[in-house]
Amino acid sequence: MTALDNPPTKNVGVTRLRKEDAHLVTGRTNYTDSIQVTGLLHLAFVRSPMAHAKVARVDVSAALEQPGVVAAFTGADLADNWAAGLPCAWPVTEDMASPTHLPIATDEVRYVGDAVAVVVARTKYQAADAIEFVEVDYEPLPAVVDMEAALAEGSPLADTTSASNKSFTWQKIDGEIDDAFAGAAHVTTRRFLQQRLIPTAIEPRSVVCAPPREHNEYTLWSATQVPHILRLMLALTCGVPEHELRVIAPDVGGGFGSKLNVYAEEAVALVLARKLGKPVKWTETRSEGNQATIHGRDQIQDLSIAFNEDHTIRGLKVELHADMGAYLQLVTPGVPILGAFMFNAIYKMDALSFTCHGVFTNKTPTDAYRGAGRPEATYAIERLMDEAAHELGVEPFELREKNWIKHEEFPYMTIAGIEYDSGNYEAATAKAKELFDYDGLRAEQQRRRDAGDSVQLGLGISTFTEMCGLAPSRVLGSLSYGAGGWEHASVRMLPSGKVEVVTGTSPHGQGHVTSWSQIAADALGVAYEDVEVRHGDTSVAHKGMDTYGSRSLVVGGYAVQVACDKVIAKARKVAAHLLEASEDDIEFDSGTFSVKGSPDARTTIQDISLAVFAAHDYPEDMEPSLDSDATVDPENFSYPHGTHLCAVEVDTETGHVEILRYVAVDDIGKVINPQIVEGQVHGGLAQGIAQALYEEAIYDEDGQLKTGSLLDYYVPGAPDLPHFITDRTETPATSNPLGVKGVGEAGTIASTPAVINAVVDALRPMGVNDIRMPASPQNVWNAMQAAKANGGDA
Amino acid sequence: MTRVQITVDGEQTEQEVEARLLLVHYLRDVLGKTGTNVGCDTSNCGACTVHLDGRSVKSCTVLAVQADGSEVATVEGLAERPDDESGWHPLQKAFHTEHGLQCGYCTPGMIMAAADLLSENPDPDEHEVRHGLEGNLCRCTGYVNIVKAVQTAAAEMRGDKVEVDA
Repeated sequence: MTALDNPPTKNVGVTRLRKEDAHLVTGRTNYTDSIQVTGLLHLAFVRSPMAHAKVARVDVSAALEQPGVVAAFTGADLADNWAAGLPCAWPVTEDMASPTHLPIATDEVRYVGDAVAVVVARTKYQAADAIEFVEVDYEPLPAVVDMEAALAEGSPLADTTSASNKSFTWQKIDGEIDDAFAGAAHVTTRRFLQQRLIPTAIEPRSVVCAPPREHNEYTLWSATQVPHILRLMLALTCGVPEHELRVIAPDVGGGFGSKLNVYAEEAVALVLARKLGKPVKWTETRSEGNQATIHGRDQIQDLSIAFNEDHTIRGLKVELHADMGAYLQLVTPGVPILGAFMFNAIYKMDALSFTCHGVFTNKTPTDAYRGAGRPEATYAIERLMDEAAHELGVEPFELREKNWIKHEEFPYMTIAGIEYDSGNYEAATAKAKELFDYDGLRAEQQRRRDAGDSVQLGLGISTFTEMCGLAPSRVLGSLSYGAGGWEHASVRMLPSGKVEVVTGTSPHGQGHVTSWSQIAADALGVAYEDVEVRHGDTSVAHKGMDTYGSRSLVVGGYAVQVACDKVIAKARKVAAHLLEASEDDIEFDSGTFSVKGSPDARTTIQDISLAVFAAHDYPEDMEPSLDSDATVDPENFSYPHGTHLCAVEVDTETGHVEILRYVAVDDIGKVINPQIVEGQVHGGLAQGIAQALYEEAIYDEDGQLKTGSLLDYYVPGAPDLPHFITDRTETPATSNPLGVKGVGEAGTIASTPAVINAVVDALRPMGVNDIRMPASPQNVWNAMQAAKANGGDA
Repeated sequence: MTRVQITVDGEQTEQEVEARLLLVHYLRDVLGKTGTNVGCDTSNCGACTVHLDGRSVKSCTVLAVQADGSEVATVEGLAERPDDESGWHPLQKAFHTEHGLQCGYCTPGMIMAAADLLSENPDPDEHEVRHGLEGNLCRCTGYVNIVKAVQTAAAEMRGDKVEVDA
């Protein structure tokens, strides 16, 4: 073999166009609903039109007579098929109440959309027709809709079998909180509302399950973010041995947390594939999904912040009411709890008290939605800092700067007890202010105020951080989460010198194939094109914790790096053996091993790969394989941060809000692929702005979902959003060898308060001190009228 | 059942269909052309956008029988050579180079809507692109790179020199 040197490679840190795109732009995709299996049957669910009712009778006999119908089942028919209810993996307190959640309800429905029967037919049209013939007698029960009323004495119960509507109260107190408030020079107190949101991944949920054929295993394809978690949890829920279940996440069209779950329809598909011995498919309609796929946010946030005379923060008190909906889904109760570490944000303080009440209502369960607990916390603290600055009569930046952690103070142990490894809030803020023309816009704002312009200008600030890269397993254990936060990767060196990377992360738009290829190419010194990345199939990627919480790069990319390092370590031994040199004298650079001081004695990783495959001559103390596995458990979260600035125009005659300029300067440490990173920020911004301006899931007093389709639930389109000005500062994370921090959620977490702070800032002279989200023309108008009624200047 | 003849991506198809069958289900379930996606049931999202006799339509709001005798073009027929990037339509290339897609689910509809937009307005400014695509929802990209992609493709289709910065 002739050892040809590999050219120096440099993939990390530069944009590589995505490997994922070719099939996506040409329509040769494989989303779950496109999967065909011979003999496939179709499922349709009968869902409760009532928020809360006794199910007195379900009769499927007429449905069974309909054309194409193969079978139909009530909840009672399937009740014996469940080994357990649908799982909640996060019992946040020992006494947490969690109603048994059967995939199909038996005698009580608890939200609009709760399933009561399933019909199986030869086509999806026939299944949809037949559910109209299922007769259900409901006996209405009072619906519990309002969280605070739900906790009042004598409230009706969202679950008539429970003792109260409280799921849990979780509390964490750090520092001397009473002292902090007793000695305060100033206290600012506010209530903020996090409206309920519907995640709305553009691909609806879908599941296909095929019974065993050539292998003794069920194959379940699902539009899921979490094939590995799903496999384990479905095995436990349905009583199918885990090793007889293969879960595949094929192309997945976005998730944003809504596909980080174990859903009733997935369990029903598995159970019916077993019961009928036939493959089955279910794909939600969008309107069905608005009811049956988890919702996000929905908190009442009561905060008080205490200041010293010099405007430094003494302490912060947070009390949350978090709407669980009718059941606890996979991580429902844990979502608001994550806020316990985030309300203090980038600020130093001596005391923090956090109390969260999880409350049941007769609504769709909530769960993780992009940011999961951190957007809520960030919104509240960043709004509160603006309100406090107003009350203290100082510039909002001045108050923030006085209290934030200085760059020379990192690593910094926060009052919440977690260590921020790195950060530079000064640098991100300086860059953002310059890009934004902060001073120029303030001058323009003053001009419009002086002129009494009907279109006022407001400037909003969000100096955020977040904790992501979920997560150190020990920390998750201390928070009673049911699993760890490690991630796995394998590297397989093929005889031809090509490389297969197998990752336990499960991308659904994030570009892992591209980014992981970049990491592996540089680590191994091979061409980017010579790396392929496999994922999303429990038979291929046998271990994994999947994709959520901006963890994939920070934990999964880290695992790829470690697995590559292990390959190099093995190859180094082989190189020493083949080059007849001491291992200590072997140098590795860009895919080439050479002997120190003997420049002609060299070989490449590809040649070593072939030599090890042939296995004719290799060191005696190793196996003939370069392949490696790595399971890494992160030592810390990652803490991206940044400064986002938003300028809005508010038409004081109509309440219409228009974003004039949006600048996002994010510090996510080292970057693997700048183009992908920018795309993640853009998408995150869009969702955070959507919460601020457009979206809200609305229930009426009877628990009817009034935003039951995309006609009523307003997802912003291209004309509704501005061009974003994005930039970065780079303070590497010290908690992983790549120096990276997560980026998937940062834009969402940062942007909501930036926008609302801007809207409030525009209207502050009129006496407006808050706007109910979304800041729709109506809500802005109402805020202006309320301020006027309270004697504001309007 | 009604017999329909529909030319799809240049190929003549002929099938017996139920009168109520949506065009998108004809494409996906009858013909197996699953490149066109369904994202909603209220004609809001535009994921299912195809061309019907040269104009973009949401194929979830057209019945297959309404397309009888018509020509339907989907994303699957857009490239001269789908296997080879150089054979892609300028919009497909530009969505790739400008990172105008992430999960890709809205992309077929977005590209078909953009193709119709460019046939009417070969040199749209940002405002015109945003409003031209208002019937197509994307949840991943925040639209900035979609706008760039459409303008980049427009420039190539006009014959302007295109500089790809990635």
